[in-house]
Amino acid sequence: MAERKTLTFALMDAPYESARTTTALRLIDIAARRGYAVNVFAYEGAVMLPFSRQQPHPNAVHGRNVEEENHLLTKDIVAALMKAAERNGGKLDWVNCSLCVDERGAGEAIEGVRRGSPADFWRLAEASDNTLVIGTR
Amino acid sequence: MARYLIIESRCSFAVDQADFCRDLARRLAADNRVTLFLVQNGVMPARAGAHGPGFADLARIGVEILADDFSLRERGISSDRLQPGVTPSTLEFVIDRLADGAKAFWH
Repeated sequence: MAERKTLTFALMDAPYESARTTTALRLIDIAARRGYAVNVFAYEGAVMLPFSRQQPHPNAVHGRNVEEENHLLTKDIVAALMKAAERNGGKLDWVNCSLCVDERGAGEAIEGVRRGSPADFWRLAEASDNTLVIGTR
Repeated sequence: MARYLIIESRCSFAVDQADFCRDLARRLAADNRVTLFLVQNGVMPARAGAHGPGFADLARIGVEILADDFSLRERGISSDRLQPGVTPSTLEFVIDRLADGAKAFWH
């Protein structure tokens, strides 16, 4: 059985704005499917990724109702990644920066997301085999 | 000899200073194992016929240059029409290197 690694990712981009989010979620997906221990420290706009009040919407321009539009929500992706990690013997520990959460009113996150501070990011990185910071600039 | 993973997500034709990753790779390659991993718009200069990215020169001094196949497909770039020295790859490689403890840098 492959050794279980621990990887930490720092994300900063808000949902639906940057290809960086897609790439970051793809990387986390790979690590989760391997059963790694995956830590995510969400900073700045990235705290909105697991925001529980995200809702799918219809698309009047294309004449689609909610079901037909089948809008992809990042909160559902984060939940699926948590399940994938657990299913494969790992864990996805998602930490939202509490300062970033409060200033954005983003306190309502999906189950499994916890609040933390940049000090938690340092602790997670210290305890990891590696850390990748995906900055916005 | 340290192992470095430089992830370039920006197109050097569109963003100022996006070629500094190539310069960094060149400087590190003298004493280290270096991989330049192109992703998102970072794959744009990897297409055959793109002017002046210098990937062949980097490969000649030992830099491994990989391009994310998903990003290539998104942009309609065929994986068999890449600059000399560039090889298609997947994000699995990035996770492999992170797990191996490579010093990783995202731009």
